[in-house]
Amino acid sequence: MSTAEDGRLMAERGFWTDTGKTGIGAWIFSTDHKRIGLLYFYSVLFFFLVGVILGLLMRIELMAPGRDIMGPQTYNALFTLHGVVMIFLFIIPGIPGAFGNMVMPIQIGAPDVSFPRLNLFSWWLYAIGAVLVLTSLFTGGGAPDTGWTFYVPFSAKSATNVSLALFGVFVLGFSSILTGLNFVTTIHRLRAVGMTWSRIPLFTWSLYATAWVQILATPILGITLVLVIAERMLGTGLFDAARGGDPIMFQHLFWIYSHPAVYIMILPAMGIISDIIPVFSRKPIFGYKMIAFSSLAIAAAGSLVWGHHMFTSGMSDTAVLVFSFLTFIVAIPSAIKVFNWVSTLYRGSISLDPPMLFALAFILLFSIGGLTGLILGAPATDVHVHDTHFVVGHFHYVMFGGTGFAFFAAMHYWLPKFYGRMYRKRPAVIAWCLMFIGFNVLYMSMKVLGMRGMPRRYYDYLPEFAQLNLVATVGSWILAAGLAIMLVNLFRGLFRGEAFTGNPWGGATLEWSTTTPPPTLNFIKEPVVTHGPYDFKALADDSPDGMPGDGRNQ
Amino acid sequence: MKTILMSTNEVIDPVFIFIFGVSLILLLGITAVMIWFVFRYHRSRSPHATSTADGNLTLEVVWIVLPTLLVLAMFYYGWAGYLSLRNVPAGAMEVNATARMWSWNFSYPGGRSSAKLYVPAGKPVKVNLASADVLHGFYIPAFRVKRDVVPGMKNHVWFVANKPGSYDIFWSSYCGTGHSQMITTVEALPEAHFAAWLNEQATPGTPHLGLVLLEKLGCLGCHSTDGTPKIGPTFKGLWGRTSLVLTGGTERSITVDEAYLKRSIAEPNADIVKGFAPIMPPFQLKEDELKTLIDYFKRN
Repeated sequence: MSTAEDGRLMAERGFWTDTGKTGIGAWIFSTDHKRIGLLYFYSVLFFFLVGVILGLLMRIELMAPGRDIMGPQTYNALFTLHGVVMIFLFIIPGIPGAFGNMVMPIQIGAPDVSFPRLNLFSWWLYAIGAVLVLTSLFTGGGAPDTGWTFYVPFSAKSATNVSLALFGVFVLGFSSILTGLNFVTTIHRLRAVGMTWSRIPLFTWSLYATAWVQILATPILGITLVLVIAERMLGTGLFDAARGGDPIMFQHLFWIYSHPAVYIMILPAMGIISDIIPVFSRKPIFGYKMIAFSSLAIAAAGSLVWGHHMFTSGMSDTAVLVFSFLTFIVAIPSAIKVFNWVSTLYRGSISLDPPMLFALAFILLFSIGGLTGLILGAPATDVHVHDTHFVVGHFHYVMFGGTGFAFFAAMHYWLPKFYGRMYRKRPAVIAWCLMFIGFNVLYMSMKVLGMRGMPRRYYDYLPEFAQLNLVATVGSWILAAGLAIMLVNLFRGLFRGEAFTGNPWGGATLEWSTTTPPPTLNFIKEPVVTHGPYDFKALADDSPDGMPGDGRNQ
Repeated sequence: MKTILMSTNEVIDPVFIFIFGVSLILLLGITAVMIWFVFRYHRSRSPHATSTADGNLTLEVVWIVLPTLLVLAMFYYGWAGYLSLRNVPAGAMEVNATARMWSWNFSYPGGRSSAKLYVPAGKPVKVNLASADVLHGFYIPAFRVKRDVVPGMKNHVWFVANKPGSYDIFWSSYCGTGHSQMITTVEALPEAHFAAWLNEQATPGTPHLGLVLLEKLGCLGCHSTDGTPKIGPTFKGLWGRTSLVLTGGTERSITVDEAYLKRSIAEPNADIVKGFAPIMPPFQLKEDELKTLIDYFKRN
């Protein structure tokens, strides 16, 4: 690359150069949604890697029966941390915080979100919450050992530093609520001319459904956590059976949030897949309205199924009947999405670039996760596998195979747009392949272990479970190796890869029509939307040379 | 004529097979179609999309109705199976189980109690579950039964072991450091053996009262009486034994005597025997109970 070319690129580095501030302040005090998005991205990626290391350590401990590298108390702290870090610091804020912030305003043709300062504040709340959670590890009675579910009475009695960790999660909840408020307002108020509701890209649709769940369900988590803190500090006895309280009430309150939270995690992931598949098939998404509607249906029905976490808890059989029924109902919109994604491929022109490979892996892994969810939704079978490794396998298929792989797909799909540089595709494909294999070896072993009766959160186990645990641990190494290759290749590409300015994937949504990287207010000229988000024919007609354009001529 | 009661696992397994079977067909179908499309319409074979179809009402209706019917069938079988887990057959023997961190105690009609669950084979057993402290979970994988043990709440499970034998009991609901060590077994004995077992200890005076107390308090979940080390050191030959203990992190040698035992029961984490984890919960015992225990330790 010549120096002149370098200079030209520097001048066109969009939001990277176009700012009054310099240094770290240009980032942590920036109200630009793209910078906040990248802040979120690197924060959640950091915590994802922390969670991965904790998970790998747990797998090493479980490699053989008995003590391998740590004692039971350490192990219990590890799985608590792995859960808290992965759920509250990675998966919940992950896609909305990082890619929602980066992409959503551009997708609807807005210069920024409705409340840019509130947006920055929600990142700060996230950072403060994360620091509080991390502080709880090294102070007081030591790392919390209650599991991420904080079930009473154990969480009210444990001598470890539970209160501080709870407070940290409480603060994180507010970050989530503010992001939700911001997104709902932005999607309602800041759409460009011509961006009708039926032209909104499905990723933005999914963020919209998610935002409502964030706003409505998260406050209940806040209240519940405060009640546990009150139980520990003031001895309120609300959950203490000996004083007329009810430990089951905690479980209801906890899952009223934490089940809808599962949809906060998976809905934006489904949105990413709905955006990627048409682009790499060169064909409109099949059943746009059904996919958008099913996001709302999942958000609504998913708020009423929390009791399926409690079939063995001792709640009434009538409650079991109702929650089981609603759980099966919520399976239907998820199935509709899968059928629509697969139909989009029909008679398309499919290119297997890395984002597409991750999206296809998502469909398979999410289907396996979703179908094993049916076993958990039926009370008869749930009783056997509840609280076993089957459940651990199930939610890793949905959360990691689903949301995690969608996050990787989004990294390979959108990050080059924001950096203006492309990664190498072959190593990305090798990494994808390793991860897909390692993933299935690891979590399928867990499912089989669970079917055979191995409970979860077990530091030690009977010899009959040894073989599959060893297999699972080896799987975790393959997965980790793939992950390492993927990250090294991606970041090498983003910082030193080949520069480009056009529309590398030929996407028809608005983020591909602006310059690369996008300017601070996203568009040089206010966009006017004339076609749907997956209308590739219109896109080709727009560009004078018949190639997907970089939009500067619009 | 004696009818053989269908055991809970025989009721539940067909439900598993049904849901897994339907799921497997769906999964294989989706996967096959997806791989075929990716192969057939790959850009090398299909340089341009040959369709711009963005929906099809008939198809959408089919794949709303079909999954709805399937999940409703699953719902029905799931619920019917669950009911058979909840409804205890008439004439079941009742056993009261008490869970604490980290042991079980089972008490039987007639007053006998044990750390393992002894049951007569072929006869339904209803286990009433109670917790002395936090949430626990009672889980017998072989019979597909599980129930949480909730403080202040009456829960139960029932099962029938049609074949004599030994079946694992696991603790399903997480309860702290010793969680994974809370393993015991169901011992299903032929009916006559069970009756003999139940009566053998009903004769007063046979077991030392200390042993009865140890069993009642759940100590035997972690400490053996036969010399094998479990989560905690064995009780065999405890009295007068010289052990290395860690006191506040420093190693010292002690001889087990009355003062040491009393302190170790009330404040278990003050002196930790080397090689064991500091996980025993403290017990507040009455003076006469302590006397009984110490008398037992002296004799064993």
